[in-house]
Amino acid sequence: MFKKILIANRGEIALRIIRTCREMGIKTVAVYSTADKDSLHVKFADEAVCIGGPKGQESYLNIPHIMAACEITNADAVHPGYGFLAENAKFAQICSDHGIKFIGPTPEMINKMGDKITAKDTMIKAGVPVVPGGEGLLESIDEAKKLAKHIGYPVIIKATAGGGGKGMRVVWNEEEIEKAYSTAKMEAGASFKNDGLYMEKFVEEPRHIEIQIAGDQYGNVCHLSERDCSIQRRHQKLVEESPSPFMTPELRHKMGEAAIKAASAINYESVGTVEFLVDKHRNFYFMEMNTRIQVEHCVTEEVVSYDLIKEQIKIAAGEKISGRNYEPQLHAIECRINAEDPYNDFRPSPGKITVLHTPGGHGVRVDSHVYAGYVIPPYYDSMIGKLITVAQTREEAINTMYRALSEYVIEGVKTTIPFHLQLMQNEDFRKGNFTTKFLETFTMK
Amino acid sequence: MDLKQIHDLIKVVNKSNIGEISIEDKDGKVTIKQKEEKVTVTTAPAQVYASAPAAAPVAAAATTPTSPVAAPKADNLITIKSPMIGTFYRRSSPDKPMLAEEGTEVNVGKVVCIIEAMKLFNEIESEVKGTIVKVLVEDASPVEFDQPLFLVEPA
Repeated sequence: MFKKILIANRGEIALRIIRTCREMGIKTVAVYSTADKDSLHVKFADEAVCIGGPKGQESYLNIPHIMAACEITNADAVHPGYGFLAENAKFAQICSDHGIKFIGPTPEMINKMGDKITAKDTMIKAGVPVVPGGEGLLESIDEAKKLAKHIGYPVIIKATAGGGGKGMRVVWNEEEIEKAYSTAKMEAGASFKNDGLYMEKFVEEPRHIEIQIAGDQYGNVCHLSERDCSIQRRHQKLVEESPSPFMTPELRHKMGEAAIKAASAINYESVGTVEFLVDKHRNFYFMEMNTRIQVEHCVTEEVVSYDLIKEQIKIAAGEKISGRNYEPQLHAIECRINAEDPYNDFRPSPGKITVLHTPGGHGVRVDSHVYAGYVIPPYYDSMIGKLITVAQTREEAINTMYRALSEYVIEGVKTTIPFHLQLMQNEDFRKGNFTTKFLETFTMK
Repeated sequence: MDLKQIHDLIKVVNKSNIGEISIEDKDGKVTIKQKEEKVTVTTAPAQVYASAPAAAPVAAAATTPTSPVAAPKADNLITIKSPMIGTFYRRSSPDKPMLAEEGTEVNVGKVVCIIEAMKLFNEIESEVKGTIVKVLVEDASPVEFDQPLFLVEPA
Protein backbone atom coordinates (compact mmCIF):
# COMPACT_ATOMS: atom_id res chain seq x y z
CA MET A 1 0.00 0.00 0.00
CA PHE A 2 1.19 3.54 -0.64
CA LYS A 3 2.97 5.38 2.15
CA LYS A 4 2.33 8.89 0.98
CA ILE A 5 -0.10 10.30 -1.57
CA LEU A 6 0.18 13.74 -3.07
CA ILE A 7 -3.20 15.19 -3.98
CA ALA A 8 -2.88 17.16 -7.20
CA ASN A 9 -6.10 19.09 -6.69
CA ARG A 10 -7.89 21.53 -4.42
CA GLY A 11 -11.23 22.30 -2.82
CA GLU A 12 -13.72 19.70 -1.67
CA ILE A 13 -12.24 16.77 -3.60
CA ALA A 14 -8.79 17.33 -2.11
CA LEU A 15 -10.40 17.21 1.33
CA ARG A 16 -12.35 14.10 0.32
CA ILE A 17 -9.20 12.26 -0.70
CA ILE A 18 -7.28 13.36 2.41
CA ARG A 19 -10.06 12.00 4.63
CA THR A 20 -9.89 8.55 3.08
CA CYS A 21 -6.09 8.52 3.18
CA ARG A 22 -6.27 9.36 6.91
CA GLU A 23 -8.52 6.36 7.49
CA MET A 24 -6.17 4.14 5.51
CA GLY A 25 -3.12 5.32 7.45
CA ILE A 26 -1.60 6.90 4.34
CA LYS A 27 0.28 10.20 4.71
CA THR A 28 -0.94 13.08 2.61
CA VAL A 29 0.67 15.98 0.79
CA ALA A 30 -1.48 18.92 -0.27
CA VAL A 31 -0.32 21.19 -3.04
CA TYR A 32 -1.75 24.67 -3.29
CA SER A 33 -1.54 27.92 -5.20
CA THR A 34 -0.80 31.18 -3.45
CA ALA A 35 -4.56 31.90 -3.64
CA ASP A 36 -5.33 28.75 -1.68
CA LYS A 37 -2.99 29.38 1.23
CA ASP A 38 -5.91 29.33 3.72
CA SER A 39 -7.77 26.49 2.11
CA LEU A 40 -9.00 23.64 4.28
CA HIS A 41 -7.22 20.92 2.31
CA VAL A 42 -3.93 22.62 3.13
CA LYS A 43 -4.77 22.60 6.82
CA PHE A 44 -5.93 18.98 6.87
CA ALA A 45 -3.00 17.38 5.03
CA ASP A 46 0.10 16.12 6.82
CA GLU A 47 2.31 18.25 4.62
CA ALA A 48 1.65 21.03 2.16
CA VAL A 49 3.70 22.57 -0.62
CA CYS A 50 2.97 25.83 -2.38
CA ILE A 51 3.35 25.15 -6.08
CA GLY A 52 2.71 28.46 -7.80
CA GLY A 53 0.50 31.44 -8.49
CA PRO A 54 -3.29 31.54 -8.55
CA LYS A 55 -3.91 30.71 -12.19
CA GLY A 56 -4.35 27.04 -13.04
CA GLN A 57 -1.45 27.06 -15.48
CA GLU A 58 0.83 28.39 -12.77
CA SER A 59 -0.06 25.80 -10.17
CA TYR A 60 -2.65 23.00 -10.39
CA LEU A 61 -1.95 22.46 -14.08
CA ASN A 62 1.80 22.94 -13.73
CA ILE A 63 3.21 19.45 -14.21
CA PRO A 64 6.89 20.26 -13.44
CA HIS A 65 5.92 22.00 -10.20
CA ILE A 66 3.72 19.13 -9.12
CA MET A 67 6.45 16.60 -9.91
CA ALA A 68 8.99 18.67 -7.99
CA ALA A 69 6.60 18.68 -5.03
CA CYS A 70 6.41 14.86 -5.24
CA GLU A 71 10.17 14.74 -5.26
CA ILE A 72 10.80 16.90 -2.22
CA THR A 73 8.10 15.16 -0.17
CA ASN A 74 8.91 11.63 -1.35
CA ALA A 75 5.32 10.92 -2.31
CA ASP A 76 4.93 7.49 -3.89
CA ALA A 77 1.55 8.13 -5.52
CA VAL A 78 -0.50 11.00 -6.90
CA HIS A 79 -4.27 11.32 -6.78
CA PRO A 80 -5.42 13.75 -9.47
CA GLY A 81 -9.03 14.16 -8.25
CA TYR A 82 -11.34 15.43 -11.02
CA GLY A 83 -10.74 18.25 -13.51
CA PHE A 84 -7.24 19.77 -13.74
CA LEU A 85 -4.85 16.94 -14.69
CA ALA A 86 -7.17 14.03 -13.88
CA GLU A 87 -7.58 13.03 -17.53
CA ASN A 88 -4.26 14.30 -18.81
CA ALA A 89 -2.47 11.33 -20.37
CA LYS A 90 0.81 13.22 -20.50
CA PHE A 91 0.70 13.80 -16.75
CA ALA A 92 -0.13 10.14 -16.14
CA GLN A 93 2.84 9.18 -18.32
CA ILE A 94 5.21 11.54 -16.55
CA CYS A 95 4.17 10.16 -13.15
CA SER A 96 4.87 6.68 -14.43
CA ASP A 97 8.25 7.73 -15.84
CA HIS A 98 9.18 9.05 -12.40
CA GLY A 99 8.13 5.88 -10.61
CA ILE A 100 5.14 7.58 -9.01
CA LYS A 101 1.82 5.74 -9.20
CA PHE A 102 -0.91 7.78 -10.88
CA ILE A 103 -4.13 6.79 -9.11
CA GLY A 104 -6.25 6.29 -12.16
CA PRO A 105 -6.05 4.51 -15.51
CA THR A 106 -3.01 4.26 -17.77
CA PRO A 107 -2.18 6.95 -20.36
CA GLU A 108 -3.35 4.60 -23.13
CA MET A 109 -6.77 4.19 -21.54
CA ILE A 110 -7.12 7.94 -21.08
CA ASN A 111 -6.24 8.54 -24.71
CA LYS A 112 -8.59 5.90 -26.03
CA MET A 113 -11.56 7.56 -24.35
CA GLY A 114 -10.38 11.15 -24.63
CA ASP A 115 -10.75 11.37 -28.37
CA LYS A 116 -14.49 11.32 -29.11
CA ILE A 117 -14.24 9.74 -32.54
CA THR A 118 -11.86 7.00 -31.37
CA ALA A 119 -14.04 6.36 -28.33
CA LYS A 120 -17.13 5.98 -30.48
CA ASP A 121 -15.29 3.63 -32.85
CA THR A 122 -14.10 1.50 -29.95
CA MET A 123 -17.64 1.29 -28.63
CA ILE A 124 -19.09 0.28 -31.98
CA LYS A 125 -16.52 -2.51 -32.23
CA ALA A 126 -17.35 -3.61 -28.69
CA GLY A 127 -21.04 -3.81 -29.47
CA VAL A 128 -22.03 -0.90 -27.24
CA PRO A 129 -24.94 1.11 -28.67
CA VAL A 130 -23.87 4.56 -29.81
CA VAL A 131 -25.85 7.48 -31.13
CA PRO A 132 -26.40 6.46 -34.77
CA GLY A 133 -24.58 8.71 -37.17
CA GLY A 134 -22.42 9.02 -40.22
CA GLU A 135 -18.76 8.15 -40.33
CA GLY A 136 -16.44 11.06 -40.69
CA LEU A 137 -17.19 14.53 -41.95
CA LEU A 138 -20.04 15.60 -44.25
CA GLU A 139 -18.75 16.42 -47.72
CA SER A 140 -21.82 18.06 -49.21
CA ILE A 141 -25.46 18.98 -48.68
CA ASP A 142 -26.48 16.03 -50.85
CA GLU A 143 -24.53 13.65 -48.66
CA ALA A 144 -26.14 15.24 -45.61
CA LYS A 145 -29.61 14.71 -47.10
CA LYS A 146 -28.90 11.04 -47.90
CA LEU A 147 -27.42 10.37 -44.49
CA ALA A 148 -30.30 12.07 -42.68
CA LYS A 149 -32.79 9.94 -44.57
CA HIS A 150 -30.82 6.84 -43.63
CA ILE A 151 -30.51 7.74 -39.95
CA GLY A 152 -34.07 9.03 -39.73
CA TYR A 153 -35.18 12.53 -38.66
CA PRO A 154 -34.72 14.33 -36.34
CA VAL A 155 -30.95 14.59 -36.77
CA ILE A 156 -28.36 16.93 -35.34
CA ILE A 157 -25.55 18.48 -37.35
CA LYS A 158 -22.50 19.17 -35.18
CA ALA A 159 -19.18 20.90 -35.65
CA THR A 160 -16.30 18.44 -35.27
CA ALA A 161 -14.18 21.09 -33.58
CA GLY A 162 -17.19 22.28 -31.68
CA GLY A 163 -18.15 23.15 -28.16
CA GLY A 164 -20.49 25.30 -26.14
CA GLY A 165 -23.40 24.56 -28.43
CA LYS A 166 -21.90 26.41 -31.41
CA GLY A 167 -22.04 25.00 -34.90
CA MET A 168 -24.94 22.74 -33.90
CA ARG A 169 -28.31 22.53 -35.60
CA VAL A 170 -31.20 20.20 -34.94
CA VAL A 171 -33.04 19.30 -38.14
CA TRP A 172 -36.58 17.99 -37.90
CA ASN A 173 -37.28 17.27 -41.57
CA GLU A 174 -35.79 17.40 -45.06
CA GLU A 175 -37.14 20.90 -45.75
CA GLU A 176 -34.90 22.36 -43.05
CA ILE A 177 -31.67 20.55 -43.84
CA GLU A 178 -30.14 22.80 -46.47
CA LYS A 179 -30.40 25.91 -44.34
CA ALA A 180 -29.25 24.06 -41.22
CA TYR A 181 -26.21 22.69 -43.04
CA SER A 182 -25.05 26.02 -44.45
CA THR A 183 -25.61 28.06 -41.29
CA ALA A 184 -23.90 25.44 -39.10
CA LYS A 185 -20.96 25.41 -41.50
CA MET A 186 -20.62 29.19 -41.41
CA GLU A 187 -20.91 29.32 -37.62
CA ALA A 188 -18.35 26.55 -37.15
CA GLY A 189 -15.92 28.26 -39.50
CA ALA A 190 -16.32 31.54 -37.67
CA SER A 191 -16.14 30.09 -34.14
CA PHE A 192 -13.50 27.39 -34.49
CA LYS A 193 -11.71 28.14 -37.79
CA ASN A 194 -12.77 24.61 -38.76
CA ASP A 195 -16.07 24.24 -40.57
CA GLY A 196 -16.04 20.43 -40.61
CA LEU A 197 -19.45 18.97 -39.74
CA TYR A 198 -20.74 15.52 -38.84
CA MET A 199 -24.25 14.19 -38.25
CA GLU A 200 -25.91 12.12 -35.56
CA LYS A 201 -29.40 11.08 -34.70
CA PHE A 202 -30.99 13.67 -32.42
CA VAL A 203 -32.00 11.88 -29.25
CA GLU A 204 -35.35 13.34 -28.25
CA GLU A 205 -36.07 14.30 -24.64
CA PRO A 206 -32.88 12.63 -23.49
CA ARG A 207 -32.07 11.76 -19.93
CA HIS A 208 -28.45 11.74 -18.89
CA ILE A 209 -27.92 8.46 -17.06
CA GLU A 210 -24.42 7.30 -16.29
CA ILE A 211 -23.08 4.02 -14.95
CA GLN A 212 -20.32 3.88 -12.34
CA ILE A 213 -17.77 1.20 -13.11
CA ALA A 214 -14.60 -0.14 -11.55
CA GLY A 215 -11.86 -2.30 -13.05
CA ASP A 216 -8.71 -3.80 -11.55
CA GLN A 217 -5.29 -4.60 -12.98
CA TYR A 218 -6.30 -8.24 -13.57
CA GLY A 219 -9.07 -7.71 -16.10
CA ASN A 220 -11.99 -7.77 -13.66
CA VAL A 221 -14.65 -5.13 -14.30
CA CYS A 222 -17.89 -4.45 -12.45
CA HIS A 223 -20.60 -1.81 -12.36
CA LEU A 224 -22.14 -0.02 -9.41
CA SER A 225 -25.37 0.99 -11.14
CA GLU A 226 -26.57 4.34 -12.35
CA ARG A 227 -26.79 7.98 -11.49
CA ASP A 228 -29.35 10.24 -13.15
CA CYS A 229 -27.76 13.60 -13.91
CA SER A 230 -30.43 15.10 -16.15
CA ILE A 231 -30.84 18.27 -14.10
CA GLN A 232 -28.27 20.40 -15.92
CA ARG A 233 -27.84 24.01 -16.75
CA ARG A 234 -25.79 24.71 -19.88
CA HIS A 235 -24.41 21.18 -19.75
CA GLN A 236 -23.29 21.61 -16.13
CA LYS A 237 -24.77 19.14 -13.67
CA LEU A 238 -26.60 20.64 -10.70
CA VAL A 239 -28.40 17.68 -9.13
CA GLU A 240 -27.69 13.97 -9.32
CA GLU A 241 -29.47 10.95 -7.87
CA SER A 242 -29.40 7.20 -7.64
CA PRO A 243 -31.35 5.18 -8.54
CA SER A 244 -32.75 7.01 -11.55
CA PRO A 245 -36.52 7.53 -11.33
CA PHE A 246 -36.63 6.42 -14.97
CA MET A 247 -34.77 3.18 -14.41
CA THR A 248 -36.22 -0.32 -14.59
CA PRO A 249 -34.40 -3.50 -13.49
CA GLU A 250 -34.23 -4.58 -17.12
CA LEU A 251 -32.74 -1.29 -18.30
CA ARG A 252 -30.23 -1.30 -15.47
CA HIS A 253 -29.13 -4.77 -16.43
CA LYS A 254 -28.73 -3.81 -20.11
CA MET A 255 -26.93 -0.52 -19.38
CA GLY A 256 -24.73 -2.14 -16.75
CA GLU A 257 -23.67 -4.82 -19.21
CA ALA A 258 -23.00 -2.19 -21.88
CA ALA A 259 -20.88 -0.16 -19.46
CA ILE A 260 -18.87 -3.26 -18.55
CA LYS A 261 -18.38 -3.99 -22.25
CA ALA A 262 -17.16 -0.42 -22.77
CA ALA A 263 -14.66 -0.64 -19.92
CA SER A 264 -13.48 -4.13 -20.87
CA ALA A 265 -12.88 -3.02 -24.45
CA ILE A 266 -9.98 -0.90 -23.21
CA ASN A 267 -9.01 -3.18 -20.28
CA TYR A 268 -9.99 -0.35 -17.99
CA GLU A 269 -8.29 -0.07 -14.65
CA SER A 270 -9.49 2.19 -11.79
CA VAL A 271 -12.90 3.74 -11.25
CA GLY A 272 -14.68 5.46 -14.10
CA THR A 273 -18.07 6.42 -15.46
CA VAL A 274 -19.76 5.56 -18.73
CA GLU A 275 -22.28 8.23 -19.73
CA PHE A 276 -25.37 7.42 -21.77
CA LEU A 277 -28.25 9.34 -23.30
CA VAL A 278 -31.57 7.59 -22.76
CA ASP A 279 -34.56 8.49 -24.89
CA LYS A 280 -38.22 8.31 -23.94
CA HIS A 281 -38.46 4.78 -25.29
CA ARG A 282 -35.64 3.71 -22.99
CA ASN A 283 -33.20 3.24 -25.85
CA PHE A 284 -29.78 4.15 -24.59
CA TYR A 285 -26.74 5.42 -26.46
CA PHE A 286 -23.10 5.77 -25.42
CA MET A 287 -22.15 9.41 -25.06
CA GLU A 288 -18.69 9.33 -23.50
CA MET A 289 -16.56 7.73 -20.82
CA ASN A 290 -14.95 9.66 -17.99
CA THR A 291 -11.73 8.00 -16.91
CA ARG A 292 -11.61 9.54 -13.44
CA ILE A 293 -13.54 9.83 -10.17
CA GLN A 294 -16.49 12.20 -10.63
CA VAL A 295 -17.96 14.98 -8.54
CA GLU A 296 -21.16 13.01 -7.95
CA HIS A 297 -19.47 9.79 -6.88
CA CYS A 298 -20.86 10.40 -3.37
CA VAL A 299 -24.38 9.55 -4.55
CA THR A 300 -23.27 6.03 -5.46
CA GLU A 301 -21.28 5.72 -2.24
CA GLU A 302 -24.39 6.36 -0.19
CA VAL A 303 -26.56 3.78 -1.95
CA VAL A 304 -24.03 0.93 -2.12
CA SER A 305 -22.18 1.83 1.06
CA TYR A 306 -18.63 1.76 -0.32
CA ASP A 307 -15.91 4.41 -0.14
CA LEU A 308 -15.10 4.82 -3.83
CA ILE A 309 -11.90 6.76 -3.19
CA LYS A 310 -10.71 3.91 -0.98
CA GLU A 311 -11.56 1.39 -3.70
CA GLN A 312 -9.73 3.54 -6.22
CA ILE A 313 -6.60 3.63 -4.06
CA LYS A 314 -6.79 -0.11 -3.39
CA ILE A 315 -7.08 -0.87 -7.11
CA ALA A 316 -4.08 1.37 -7.81
CA ALA A 317 -2.12 -0.53 -5.14
CA GLY A 318 -2.81 -3.77 -7.01
CA GLU A 319 -5.77 -5.20 -5.15
CA LYS A 320 -8.36 -7.33 -6.90
CA ILE A 321 -12.01 -6.41 -7.06
CA SER A 322 -14.67 -9.04 -6.39
CA GLY A 323 -16.20 -8.62 -9.84
CA ARG A 324 -19.66 -8.38 -8.28
CA ASN A 325 -22.05 -5.73 -9.53
CA TYR A 326 -23.77 -3.48 -7.02
CA GLU A 327 -27.34 -2.23 -7.03
CA PRO A 328 -28.66 0.76 -5.09
CA GLN A 329 -29.97 -0.31 -1.66
CA LEU A 330 -31.29 3.13 -0.78
CA HIS A 331 -32.13 6.36 -2.55
CA ALA A 332 -29.67 9.28 -2.57
CA ILE A 333 -29.73 12.78 -4.03
CA GLU A 334 -26.93 15.31 -4.33
CA CYS A 335 -27.31 19.06 -4.72
CA ARG A 336 -24.23 20.97 -5.81
CA ILE A 337 -23.96 24.15 -3.77
CA ASN A 338 -22.31 26.81 -5.91
CA ALA A 339 -21.34 30.35 -5.02
CA GLU A 340 -23.67 31.73 -7.71
CA ASP A 341 -26.74 33.95 -7.66
CA PRO A 342 -29.72 32.00 -9.00
CA TYR A 343 -31.78 35.20 -9.16
CA ASN A 344 -29.27 36.80 -11.52
CA ASP A 345 -28.66 34.15 -14.12
CA PHE A 346 -26.37 32.18 -11.79
CA ARG A 347 -23.72 34.88 -11.86
CA PRO A 348 -20.63 33.76 -9.86
CA SER A 349 -20.42 35.26 -6.37
CA PRO A 350 -16.93 34.90 -4.89
CA GLY A 351 -16.06 36.63 -1.63
CA LYS A 352 -15.87 36.08 2.10
CA ILE A 353 -18.19 33.69 3.86
CA THR A 354 -19.25 35.49 7.02
CA VAL A 355 -21.64 32.95 8.52
CA LEU A 356 -21.71 29.23 7.89
CA HIS A 357 -23.95 26.62 9.42
CA THR A 358 -24.06 23.18 7.82
CA PRO A 359 -27.09 20.91 8.13
CA GLY A 360 -27.08 17.64 10.02
CA GLY A 361 -29.27 14.82 11.13
CA HIS A 362 -30.14 11.41 9.84
CA GLY A 363 -29.32 10.82 6.19
CA VAL A 364 -27.43 14.08 5.65
CA ARG A 365 -23.87 14.32 4.28
CA VAL A 366 -21.98 17.53 3.57
CA ASP A 367 -18.77 17.45 1.51
CA SER A 368 -17.44 20.96 1.60
CA HIS A 369 -14.13 22.76 1.98
CA VAL A 370 -15.42 26.12 3.10
CA TYR A 371 -15.65 27.58 6.59
CA ALA A 372 -16.79 30.81 8.23
CA GLY A 373 -14.20 33.45 7.43
CA TYR A 374 -13.03 31.68 4.28
CA VAL A 375 -12.60 33.84 1.22
CA ILE A 376 -13.73 32.06 -1.94
CA PRO A 377 -11.06 32.83 -4.53
CA PRO A 378 -12.29 34.00 -7.94
CA TYR A 379 -9.85 31.83 -9.89
CA TYR A 380 -11.53 28.46 -9.66
CA ASP A 381 -14.92 26.89 -10.19
CA SER A 382 -17.81 28.09 -8.06
CA MET A 383 -18.71 24.86 -6.30
CA ILE A 384 -18.33 25.33 -2.56
CA GLY A 385 -19.95 22.15 -1.34
CA LYS A 386 -22.06 19.10 -2.03
CA LEU A 387 -25.13 18.29 0.02
CA ILE A 388 -26.16 14.64 -0.17
CA THR A 389 -29.19 13.05 1.43
CA VAL A 390 -30.04 9.39 1.59
CA ALA A 391 -33.24 7.60 2.60
CA GLN A 392 -35.28 4.49 2.00
CA THR A 393 -37.39 6.06 -0.73
CA ARG A 394 -36.97 8.85 -3.26
CA GLU A 395 -39.71 10.90 -1.67
CA GLU A 396 -38.06 10.74 1.73
CA ALA A 397 -34.68 11.62 0.24
CA ILE A 398 -36.25 14.70 -1.37
CA ASN A 399 -37.96 15.70 1.88
CA THR A 400 -34.73 15.26 3.83
CA MET A 401 -32.95 17.34 1.18
CA TYR A 402 -35.52 20.10 1.53
CA ARG A 403 -35.18 20.04 5.32
CA ALA A 404 -31.38 20.04 5.13
CA LEU A 405 -31.30 22.87 2.58
CA SER A 406 -33.44 25.02 4.85
CA GLU A 407 -30.94 24.51 7.68
CA TYR A 408 -27.94 25.32 5.47
CA VAL A 409 -26.88 28.89 6.20
CA ILE A 410 -24.21 30.56 4.10
CA GLU A 411 -23.92 34.32 4.38
CA GLY A 412 -21.58 36.76 2.72
CA VAL A 413 -21.92 35.23 -0.74
CA LYS A 414 -24.86 34.23 -2.86
CA THR A 415 -25.44 30.52 -3.29
CA THR A 416 -27.68 28.18 -5.24
CA ILE A 417 -29.43 26.99 -2.07
CA PRO A 418 -32.62 28.96 -2.94
CA PHE A 419 -32.65 27.29 -6.36
CA HIS A 420 -32.39 23.81 -4.85
CA LEU A 421 -35.13 24.58 -2.33
CA GLN A 422 -37.49 25.51 -5.16
CA LEU A 423 -36.46 22.50 -7.20
CA MET A 424 -37.22 20.13 -4.33
CA GLN A 425 -40.78 21.52 -4.25
CA ASN A 426 -41.23 21.33 -8.01
CA GLU A 427 -43.99 18.95 -9.00
CA ASP A 428 -42.29 17.54 -12.11
CA PHE A 429 -39.06 17.00 -10.27
CA ARG A 430 -40.84 15.22 -7.44
CA LYS A 431 -42.60 12.99 -9.94
CA GLY A 432 -39.34 12.17 -11.70
CA ASN A 433 -40.58 13.83 -14.89
CA PHE A 434 -37.51 15.47 -16.24
CA THR A 435 -34.98 15.31 -19.05
CA THR A 436 -31.90 17.38 -19.81
CA LYS A 437 -34.28 20.04 -21.12
CA PHE A 438 -35.91 20.53 -17.72
CA LEU A 439 -34.00 23.60 -16.56
CA GLU A 440 -34.55 25.42 -19.85
CA THR A 441 -38.12 26.12 -18.77
CA PHE A 442 -37.53 26.43 -15.04
CA THR A 443 -37.72 29.92 -13.60
CA MET A 444 -36.88 31.08 -10.10
CA LYS A 445 -39.85 32.40 -8.18
CA MET B 1 -0.83 26.32 26.20
CA ASP B 2 -2.14 29.29 24.25
CA LEU B 3 -0.63 31.24 21.38
CA LYS B 4 0.55 34.09 23.62
CA GLN B 5 2.45 31.70 25.87
CA ILE B 6 4.05 30.13 22.81
CA HIS B 7 5.04 33.54 21.48
CA ASP B 8 6.58 34.46 24.81
CA LEU B 9 8.52 31.19 24.78
CA ILE B 10 9.80 31.95 21.29
CA LYS B 11 11.02 35.36 22.43
CA VAL B 12 12.85 33.76 25.35
CA VAL B 13 14.53 31.15 23.17
CA ASN B 14 15.44 33.74 20.54
CA LYS B 15 17.18 35.99 23.03
CA SER B 16 19.00 33.23 24.81
CA ASN B 17 21.63 30.64 24.07
CA ILE B 18 19.10 27.85 24.45
CA GLY B 19 19.42 25.43 21.55
CA GLU B 20 16.20 23.54 22.06
CA ILE B 21 13.40 23.53 24.60
CA SER B 22 10.53 21.06 24.90
CA ILE B 23 7.43 21.47 27.04
CA GLU B 24 4.59 19.02 27.39
CA ASP B 25 1.20 19.56 29.00
CA LYS B 26 -2.33 18.20 28.67
CA ASP B 27 -2.89 20.00 25.38
CA GLY B 28 0.13 18.60 23.66
CA LYS B 29 3.81 19.12 23.24
CA VAL B 30 5.70 22.22 22.22
CA THR B 31 9.26 21.98 20.92
CA ILE B 32 11.19 25.12 20.05
CA LYS B 33 14.50 24.74 18.28
CA GLN B 34 17.02 27.42 17.56
CA LYS B 35 18.65 26.98 14.19
CA GLU B 36 20.52 29.80 12.50
CA GLU B 37 18.15 32.26 14.11
CA LYS B 38 15.14 30.60 12.48
CA VAL B 39 12.65 29.47 15.08
CA THR B 40 9.95 26.94 14.32
CA VAL B 41 7.22 25.68 16.59
CA THR B 42 5.51 22.29 16.57
CA THR B 43 2.29 21.77 18.48
CA ALA B 44 -0.27 18.99 18.75
CA PRO B 45 -3.60 19.89 17.09
CA ALA B 46 -4.25 20.02 13.38
CA GLN B 47 -2.54 22.98 11.74
CA VAL B 48 -0.28 22.42 8.79
CA TYR B 49 3.16 23.86 8.27
CA ALA B 50 3.06 24.98 4.74
CA SER B 51 6.77 25.29 4.13
CA ALA B 52 10.12 23.51 3.94
CA PRO B 53 10.27 20.35 6.02
CA ALA B 54 13.49 21.47 7.69
CA ALA B 55 11.26 21.51 10.78
CA ALA B 56 9.48 18.23 10.15
CA PRO B 57 6.48 17.31 12.35
CA VAL B 58 7.58 16.02 15.75
CA ALA B 59 4.80 13.81 17.14
CA ALA B 60 2.66 11.43 15.12
CA ALA B 61 -0.47 13.54 15.08
CA ALA B 62 1.43 16.76 15.47
CA THR B 63 1.95 19.07 12.58
CA THR B 64 3.64 22.42 12.46
CA PRO B 65 1.58 25.57 12.12
CA THR B 66 2.03 28.97 10.50
CA SER B 67 5.36 30.10 9.11
CA PRO B 68 8.86 30.28 10.52
CA VAL B 69 9.52 33.22 12.80
CA ALA B 70 12.56 34.85 11.29
CA ALA B 71 14.57 37.49 13.09
CA PRO B 72 12.77 40.81 12.84
CA LYS B 73 13.66 42.70 9.67
CA ALA B 74 13.77 46.35 8.80
CA ASP B 75 11.04 47.63 6.50
CA ASN B 76 13.23 48.44 3.52
CA LEU B 77 14.65 44.92 3.15
CA ILE B 78 13.70 43.06 0.00
CA THR B 79 12.95 39.36 0.10
CA ILE B 80 14.20 37.08 -2.64
CA LYS B 81 11.56 34.37 -2.93
CA SER B 82 11.83 30.98 -4.53
CA PRO B 83 10.37 30.87 -8.06
CA MET B 84 10.18 27.10 -8.00
CA ILE B 85 9.93 23.94 -5.94
CA GLY B 86 13.00 21.86 -5.28
CA THR B 87 16.10 21.51 -3.14
CA PHE B 88 18.00 24.67 -2.23
CA TYR B 89 21.78 24.60 -2.53
CA ARG B 90 24.17 27.37 -1.56
CA ARG B 91 27.00 26.12 -3.74
CA SER B 92 27.05 25.06 -7.37
CA SER B 93 29.06 22.00 -6.31
CA PRO B 94 30.37 20.75 -2.97
CA ASP B 95 33.91 21.94 -3.62
CA LYS B 96 32.97 25.42 -4.75
CA PRO B 97 32.48 28.38 -2.43
CA MET B 98 29.08 29.62 -1.26
CA LEU B 99 27.33 31.65 -3.94
CA ALA B 100 25.94 34.16 -1.47
CA GLU B 101 26.52 34.81 2.20
CA GLU B 102 25.63 37.52 4.66
CA GLY B 103 27.43 40.58 3.47
CA THR B 104 27.73 39.47 -0.16
CA GLU B 105 27.10 42.28 -2.60
CA VAL B 106 24.72 41.30 -5.36
CA ASN B 107 23.80 42.85 -8.66
CA VAL B 108 20.83 42.12 -10.86
CA GLY B 109 21.55 38.77 -12.48
CA LYS B 110 24.02 37.50 -9.91
CA VAL B 111 23.43 33.85 -9.15
CA VAL B 112 22.63 33.59 -5.44
CA CYS B 113 21.72 29.93 -5.14
CA ILE B 114 20.90 26.74 -7.00
CA ILE B 115 17.50 25.04 -6.82
CA GLU B 116 17.48 21.48 -8.01
CA ALA B 117 14.36 19.68 -9.18
CA MET B 118 14.26 16.35 -10.96
CA LYS B 119 18.00 16.27 -11.53
CA LEU B 120 17.99 19.68 -13.18
CA PHE B 121 19.99 22.40 -11.51
CA ASN B 122 18.56 25.88 -11.86
CA GLU B 123 20.58 28.97 -11.15
CA ILE B 124 18.51 31.52 -9.25
CA GLU B 125 19.49 35.08 -10.00
CA SER B 126 19.00 38.13 -7.87
CA GLU B 127 16.53 40.64 -9.26
CA VAL B 128 17.81 43.41 -7.05
CA LYS B 129 21.06 45.22 -6.41
CA GLY B 130 22.21 45.33 -2.80
CA THR B 131 23.74 43.39 0.06
CA ILE B 132 22.59 40.06 1.45
CA VAL B 133 21.54 40.62 5.03
CA LYS B 134 20.25 37.17 5.87
CA VAL B 135 20.10 33.68 4.40
CA LEU B 136 16.74 32.19 5.38
CA VAL B 137 17.07 28.59 4.27
CA GLU B 138 19.52 25.87 5.22
CA ASP B 139 21.76 24.34 2.60
CA ALA B 140 20.27 21.23 0.92
CA SER B 141 16.77 21.74 2.27
CA PRO B 142 13.51 21.58 0.27
CA VAL B 143 11.84 24.84 -0.73
CA GLU B 144 8.44 25.64 -2.14
CA PHE B 145 7.08 28.30 -4.48
CA ASP B 146 7.33 31.86 -3.05
CA GLN B 147 9.32 30.68 -0.05
CA PRO B 148 11.58 33.49 1.24
CA LEU B 149 15.24 32.65 0.56
CA PHE B 150 17.27 35.80 1.21
CA LEU B 151 16.81 39.21 2.75
CA VAL B 152 18.58 41.94 0.79
CA GLU B 153 19.33 45.48 1.81
CA PRO B 154 18.86 47.39 -1.42
CA ALA B 155 21.74 49.55 -2.59
